[in-house]
Formats: sequence, C-alpha cells, structure tokens
Amino acid sequence: MGKLSASIAKKVAMALSGLFLVLFLAQHFTINFTSVFSEETFNSWSHFMGHNYIVQFIFQPILIFGVVFHFVMGIVLELKNNKARKISYKSYKGNSNSTWASRNMIISGAVILAFLGLHFYDFWVPEIVHKYVESNPEDAFRYYTELVQKFESPVRTGIYVLAFVLLMFHLWHGFASSFQTMGWNNKYSKAVKGFTKLYAIIIPLGFIVIALYHHFFNQIPH
Amino acid sequence: MKLTLKIWRQKNADTKGSLQTYPIDGIDGDMSFLEMLDVLNEELIEKGEEPVVFDHDCREGICGSCSLQIDGRPHGPERHTTTCQLHMRHFNDGDTVIVEPFRATAFPVIKDLMVDRSSFDRIQQAGGYVSVNTSGNTIDANATPVEKDNADEAFNSATCIGCGACVAACVNASAMLFTSAKVSQFALLPQGEVEATRRVLNMVEQMDKEGFGACSNTGACFIECPKDISLENIARINREYLKASAEG
Amino acid sequence: MSILDSKIPEGPLAEKWTNHKNNINLVNPANKRNIDVIVVGTGLAGGSAAATLAELGYNVKTFCYQDSPRRAHSIAAQGGINASKNYQGDGDSDYRLFYDTVKGGDYRSREGNVYRLAEVSANIIDQCVAQGVPFAREYGGLLDNRSFGGVLVSRTFYAKGQTGQQLLLGAYAAMNRQINRGKIEAFNRHEMLDLVLIDGKARGIIARDLVTGELERHSAHAVVIASGGYGNVFFLSTNAMGSNVTASWKIHKKGAYFANPCYTQIHPTCIPVSGDHQSKLTLMSESLRNDGRIWVPKKKEDAEAIRQGKLKPTELSEDERDYYLERRYPSFGNLVPRDVASRAAKERCDAGFGVNKTGEAVFLDFASAIKRYGKEQAVMHGNHNPSEEEVTKLGKEVVANKYGNLFEMYEKIVDANPYETPMMIYPAVHYTMGGIWVDYNLQSTIPGCYVTGEANFSDHGANRLGASALMQGLADGYFILPYTIGDYLADDIRTGKIATDQPEFEEAEKNVRERLEKLINNKGSKSVDDIHKRLGKIMWNKCGMSRNAKGLKEAITEIRELREQFWNEVKVPGSMDEMNPELEKAGRVADFLELGELFAKDALHREESCGGHFREEYQTDEGEAMRDDENFMYVAAWEYNGEPSEAVLHKEQLEYDYIEVKTRSYK
Repeated sequence: MGKLSASIAKKVAMALSGLFLVLFLAQHFTINFTSVFSEETFNSWSHFMGHNYIVQFIFQPILIFGVVFHFVMGIVLELKNNKARKISYKSYKGNSNSTWASRNMIISGAVILAFLGLHFYDFWVPEIVHKYVESNPEDAFRYYTELVQKFESPVRTGIYVLAFVLLMFHLWHGFASSFQTMGWNNKYSKAVKGFTKLYAIIIPLGFIVIALYHHFFNQIPH
Repeated sequence: MKLTLKIWRQKNADTKGSLQTYPIDGIDGDMSFLEMLDVLNEELIEKGEEPVVFDHDCREGICGSCSLQIDGRPHGPERHTTTCQLHMRHFNDGDTVIVEPFRATAFPVIKDLMVDRSSFDRIQQAGGYVSVNTSGNTIDANATPVEKDNADEAFNSATCIGCGACVAACVNASAMLFTSAKVSQFALLPQGEVEATRRVLNMVEQMDKEGFGACSNTGACFIECPKDISLENIARINREYLKASAEG
Repeated sequence: MSILDSKIPEGPLAEKWTNHKNNINLVNPANKRNIDVIVVGTGLAGGSAAATLAELGYNVKTFCYQDSPRRAHSIAAQGGINASKNYQGDGDSDYRLFYDTVKGGDYRSREGNVYRLAEVSANIIDQCVAQGVPFAREYGGLLDNRSFGGVLVSRTFYAKGQTGQQLLLGAYAAMNRQINRGKIEAFNRHEMLDLVLIDGKARGIIARDLVTGELERHSAHAVVIASGGYGNVFFLSTNAMGSNVTASWKIHKKGAYFANPCYTQIHPTCIPVSGDHQSKLTLMSESLRNDGRIWVPKKKEDAEAIRQGKLKPTELSEDERDYYLERRYPSFGNLVPRDVASRAAKERCDAGFGVNKTGEAVFLDFASAIKRYGKEQAVMHGNHNPSEEEVTKLGKEVVANKYGNLFEMYEKIVDANPYETPMMIYPAVHYTMGGIWVDYNLQSTIPGCYVTGEANFSDHGANRLGASALMQGLADGYFILPYTIGDYLADDIRTGKIATDQPEFEEAEKNVRERLEKLINNKGSKSVDDIHKRLGKIMWNKCGMSRNAKGLKEAITEIRELREQFWNEVKVPGSMDEMNPELEKAGRVADFLELGELFAKDALHREESCGGHFREEYQTDEGEAMRDDENFMYVAAWEYNGEPSEAVLHKEQLEYDYIEVKTRSYK
C-alpha cells in the first residue's frame, strides 16, 4: 500500500488496526464471559493464554503494536483535522447532521486509552511481574480469584462501566465506519452495518454485565 | 416578519472579524434568504454603512456560488436547499439568526461572508478531466455504449455544484465528498478508466495539500449537501485509491 | 451599399465551411507558442474556446467575474442540446436542423452561419461524450433523445434537467487539463473593464481584480469576448445576478458594431414575480409544456375571485376555463414556440384574466396529464375499471418521474403543491439574440476582437429555438473559433510579446480608473439597485413583450433621464481598493443604461414584427406577428458614435438561397 502520508492511507490504517482490535475484543470477551458461569473454564483458558508461547511472544506484541498504532494514528489525524478549521463557528449544530459518537471519536478513544492504562496497571503489569520478574511457579488456578478481587472496589467497577459505555460509542461509529473507509459499500452494507451496531452494543454491555456480576453477586472472602 | 440578524463582519483576509447585530423588519415569507440580505444591504447603504458582502450568482440553486452557515448549518435548516433557494417562510417572527461564513482553513475569508474556494478548483486541475483533445474528430458518440445504471450514477456524482457545504458541515473540514464525487464521475465511465490511477492519486494528494481534514465518516456532508451527493462516492474514492496505490 | 462584409465563403451551402477551412491560413505549432490569446467569459462559449486554443498551443488567459470558471451562467441551462445525429431515425439531417433554426429565427439569421452550426452539431455530441459528459442513456447503453418546442424531430440530447451544468463542467474540465499543463492562466474574480486597441487592432484588456480592487493590464494578439447576453438590462430576468453587458459594451464603444439589440427572448414558463423584493426570476423547463395545459378563466369575475383568493382554480369546471393556446393554435397547441406562447399569456393578462395577486400569471395545469397517465398505467397493470383515486395516484407517479425535480423546485419557491393545484407561470426575459456583430469568422468589426456564444448576434435571428443556445456556444468555442482565429493570427507570428507599457494601455487604464473614481466619489443618495430596478421597469413596460412607437420614444427619453440621474445621484459605498460588489454593480448598470437606449432605438427603427420583437402596429387582424421582408430583411448593426442616440445604422442584407422565406405559422 502507498505511503502513509495521504489522508486516505492513514484512514485505512486506522480502519484496519481498528478491525483488528475489534476481533481481539471479541476474543477477550469470550474468555471473560466464561467467568460468569465456570471458574474452571476461565482459569484454564486464562492459563493457556498466559503461557502459550505463540500467544505471548507473537500475538501479544502484535496486539500492543495495534493498540499503540491505532492510538498514534488517531492523534495524528486529529491534529490534521484540527488544523483544517482554525477558526471555529460561533454557532455549530453538529447534532442536526451527525451523531455525537461520530464527531467525538477522539474523546471516546482517549477515555478508552486512559482505561487501558488502568487495565494494564491492574492486570497486565502484575501478570508480567508475577511471571517474568519474580519468576513465580506456574499456578493455573489463580486467575479467577484475581479477577473477582479487582471488581470488589465500587470505584474501579464504576470506572470500568464508564469506559465500556464510551467503548460502545466508539464502536457504534468506528466499526461500521471502517468498512466505508476500506471502500466497502455495496448491497451487503446494510446488513453489515446492522451487525456492527449490534456488536457495538452487545460486547461492551457484556463486559459491563461481567463486571457488575462480580461486583454485586460474587464477593469471595480474602 | 421581524428578525434579529447576527452577521459575521470582517474587513478583509488580514483583519479579525466579529459578529454584528442587525435588527430587520418587514421580511416577507416569499423572499429568499439572499433577498432578505438584499433588503438589509439597501438599508445599510441608506444609512451610509457598508453592505454585507456575500457570494451569489444564479440564485436558482445550480451555480454553487452561494454559501453561508445559517444558524450553525450550511445553507440553513432545509435539506437539499441552497441558501438562494431557502425562503424566509421557514423562519419565525422574532427569531435571532446567526450568519457566518463557511469555515475551513482551505476556505479563507475574503470579506464578511465571502470565502475563497479556489482550493476546489485546484483539486480538479490535478486530474478531474479526461485527456482528450477538444477540437477535431473523435469516434461517434454511440460507438461506446455505457450501461444505463453507470451513466446515471456518473450523472448523479457529476451534479455536485462545488458549493463547499460538505466541508463547512464536516467536523474535520474534510473535502472528501466533493473530491469523491469528482473522482466517481470519471471512475464510472469507460472514457475515464484509462487515467483512473493517476487521477485519484493526484486529486487526493492535492486535496491533502490544500489543508482539508481527513474523512471520519460522520455523514454530515451528505445530510447538508444541497444536491444529495451520496456517501457511496466516498467509499468509491477509497476503493479507487487503494486500487491505485496497489498498482502504482 | 454596406461596409459590413460577412465574409461568407463561396460555394454551395453544404460545402462552404469545408472549403473555408481548407483555404484559411494556419499557424505553425511552433509559432503558436509565441502567440497570446485573451478569453473573457468562461461559460460554454468561452470555456470551450479557451480549452481548445490552449490545446492547439496558444497561450491563453481567461477572465471571469465568478470565483470559478465553472460557475458561469451556462450552468443553469436545463433542457438540452440539439444535434442532427438522427440517432432516432426520424428523418433528421443537417439541412433540417438548419431549416428549423432559420424558420424559428423568423428569417432574420445568416444562412451560412446557421448551416455551419448544424453541420458541426453532431461533432459536439461526440466530443462531449469523449470528455465524459454523462448524457442520459437508454437501457441499451446508447444516448437518449427528447423533443423540444417548434420542431418535428427528436434531436435533443440531455442530462436530466441539468444539461447546461454537465456541458459546462465538461468544458471546465477541458480547461483544467490545460491549466494543469500551464497553457491556460485563469484569472477568476476579475472583470474586464476596457479593450486596448493598438494601431486599430485589439491588443489587450484592462481588468480589475475584484478581490484587491487593483487594475491590471493584460496584452494579447487577439481578444475573444464570450461574456454572454444582456437580459439583465431588464433587472428581472432568468440571468444570473452578475450577468452583464459590460465587456460587449466596452468593445462596442471601441468600434465593434452592436447588432439587433432589440431581439430578446421572453421565455413563457417562468415562476411569476411575487413582490418588489424580487431579485431574479426562475425558469421552469420548457419540457413542462409537453404535458401541462395552459389556461385562464373564461370569465373576468372568476379571474378576479381567484386573485382575491375567494375561488380556487380547481373549483372551475372545464367549460369555465379558456385553454387559449389550444384555442388559438390548434395544431401546435401548448407547444408553440416561446415568443408566441409568451405574447399570448401577456395578451390574456392585459385583458384582465391574470390569476395571481399581481394579475400577471396564467395556469399551467397537470390535472389532465395526471388523469391520462393514470388511466394508461391502470390498464397496463391490468386494472380496467380503476377508481378515481387509483387513477390520480398512478398518474401522479408518472408525472413525478418526468418532472419531479421541477415540481419540487416550484414548491420550494412558491410554497404550493403543483400536484394538487395548477402551477402559476408568467413569461420572463431569458436570452438575447442580439449582440456584437461578427462575420463568418466570428470576428467583430475590430480586427483581432472575436465574439462567441450569446454575446454575438449570429445564429438565432429574431428568436431562438429551445436547446440551441448550448449548441451554438460549444460550436463556436470547440469547432469554429479555433480555426478561424488562426487565419488572423497567422500574420502575428513575428509580432512578439506585446508590451503593456505602451501609451494605449496607459490611456485605457487611466480612463477606467477615472470612471471608477467618479462612481466612488459621487456620494449621491440612490443605491445602484434602486436605479437598476427603475431601468428594468421602463424596459419591461415599453421594450418588453410588445412594443409600439409611442412607448419606445418615451423609453428613449426616460432612459436618458435615468442615466443622467444615475451619474448625479448614485451612491457607491466603500472604496476602489477592496472587494466591493456595489462598485461592480454600478459599473455594469452604467453600461446597461446606455445599452437600454440603443435597444429602444433599434426596436423603434424596426417597423415590423419578427420573432421576439413584436410591434403592436404590425400585426394581423388575429394578432399574429407581421414581418416586412421587403424593408427589414437585414441585420441592423449599430456603430457607436459618442452617445447611444447618435449611433449609426449599418445594414447587412440577408439573402436566402437555400430556403424559401415564408410566413411563420403554428396554427
């Protein structure tokens, strides 16, 4: 593909990295969701993800790159777009021609990014420390307890819920938009759009349900 | 009808502008928005003030000269309507109406509500044509049949009047609807195919160079477009661009 | 007897153009690089000429007052473009197109020019298709045609109701290609304010940059004027707000003769004036007359009641309506040519049968078309006994398919639904057949100054047929001028660049500056629009659809007085050195105030009725136009001589060798 200097190229890169993250989200959700009905499944799947070499050393770096790329490209485009209108309108009725979600991807994106920071701090950093710094022995049964403990705090659960509401907005526009950006607009577009909208609601809502479930109904003693 | 107008006044490109308030009375519902401004200008001239400058020409919705961001929307509140075809019956007695120029870095203000849209011309100069000589002989017009659907679709894209409402509406001040309509018109016809690769690459490059924003598919352009230019054009230019990039 | 030499080539009609092309001088491609051409106006005629000249190798500079060449008013042409392609196999030919055009023009156009126009018309379509102009097509992928008023074949190519737009975008695209190659330099938002003559030849122009207000000198070896018509002398017309006569008038004052200024086309189907605030009039395509029936009430009381809103048109029964075109012209009915339809509407309104609040409107009714189509559709759907509602519903669908966008436009402007209640229409000034006199080469009486498109007088005689204006503009620009100008420029290959510091340029610029200063410093009390509106009223009332000697004499005096008042009392705010639309308008109105007088003078001298020029004194007992071929079969070309009233008449006799001159009848 051509240079990334052209706006369309950047947008396509945004769309592709976004779609990749959408796929990742589905996988993440599937594993998390098992925690609602089966502690065992959750533990075994988590253990697999945490110790499989392909996942750890190929998929994980790709994912991290995908997130960073999506984020950096988003900022670059945002800066370009801001420059395209230096003097703003005194009166601007954006809601009459477009959705809040579509106009504020940078805001929903930034909140999700902030949440990702917290998420890394909560899960990923301790996990890396646990495995590679402290070199603890493998324990295939610790994941479920760790998960439930995190959702004990009402503040953390609140932040989690808020972030996923914004993810809902982000996906509501972004998922469908990526198809248009890649030039995919034909007789199937309506169906695909319906699917993306459904996805945008169900997946974040699922994450929220999981969080609330563990927060309210699943307090295990320390 | 009585109105309070808040109009952007700016002496020239180098000075700062501001909104000025003008009360106006005796407005008839059958007047167009521009005729209402004519009335205001006659009053201003009478009072020895400078009339408000705005672009307009055909006043029948086809030349694309008129612009104006009216109450936060390009060409005002009615869909599929240019400012010259917007009639005052859509406003109510006592309304306050805010009138601003189309805002985009690529559309610098010339004076008051008049902006410079020559960036659109330069995008088209970069490749919006078929390289065929205009004098002398060519093949018979019916020698190359064109599928009716494609011909109609090309026509629909070609009805863009280049007013700039898409840019004015877009949160990113993106010119993708405009550029895509111009690219599509040729992409859909056999006559335009030969130069398709070069055309899309050059026109997109020029569009970026002019300082328009990137498209984020908010769809505002399509809602505000007075000529109903479809968003499919944007998908098409993306497709054409990817194809061209892969080839070139 | 005449000093006018039309330079029509010798030989049989059909061979004139080919012979001429074979015999004129050419400029070697290498020499074209050393020759500059200025084109003023970038509509169909100017844009196409600029593109072709640049492609041939000349250095072209284009000038337009709009912010982009693509906004020229050619863009507003709706209906279509004629060409004698005979794709429909209905017997069309170059000769038939030529014949229809000459007859439609009431035998006041030049045979040689019109035949050439018909001859190149087919090439225009080939050319435009090659450029990617998306004409309407049939399901087989081939081009579609429609028929238009005043002819018996289907030869009009179209792109929905936006043919002018598509053709102009084609010419503009061709220009863009040359701009990209560096062969055209486009000066947009620039207005030509004078022509510079050196040794009697056109050698450049003075133009004002409308953004900065700066005056600029531009030199060239030839100057092409393609600045359109002068319908705005009437203030209200279907022309764009900025359309003006200034470029034509400036060259007229420098020696180009102005031909037949009184030939004006009044288009019958426009949206009526709604009040004093009105700034322009909107045309509804002539195609509406294919299905719409035109009528007024039979009784004056009914018309009165409708005007006052006490009676609805739909409440009048068939026998209470007067379908006056069908009554007067049974064979052409509602499809009589434009001039005839317009006069008939005026006649009814003047007699007190007008139907809107100003009394100046007639109905254009689709009710019977809806019924007819509805029944057809019902039968096609196998319903042989449809209810009235079903018929109306189906009929409306057909009408919406054919005219949907026009109906929408009407509703937007008038706020009445034409599917439910008849449209109201009234004639409005639309096109001017008169213009700068040119010879067969499109050269004016100034050497090196060429005039194309609506700005010249050549092809339409006293009345233009529908879909012929686009044809003429593009024929001039793509196919005629690029050849004929070479004949003149062949002598200029050694001239070299023309310096703009010569005294002639200095003098012209000084005159332009003084005039602008005079306007700015006048500090009067009347706005430009105020005076323009008054000029428009005089023109419409006394030089409009029908004229008489008394009214024309009054018009001449009134226009002269108004001109004096203009120069004493006009008020132009702002300064010269900035974007100043009031100053632009003032300059244009000043020229209209001179042209208007010449217009009336020409109309007064032409003691006959022909085409768009109808003199009340010269009509048959039935109120039809009466031509006087014995005394007036000539082009009246006026030479400027200080004042419009002093203009000197030169006659170019018209000769018809290939067509029998007859009385035009559409009965």
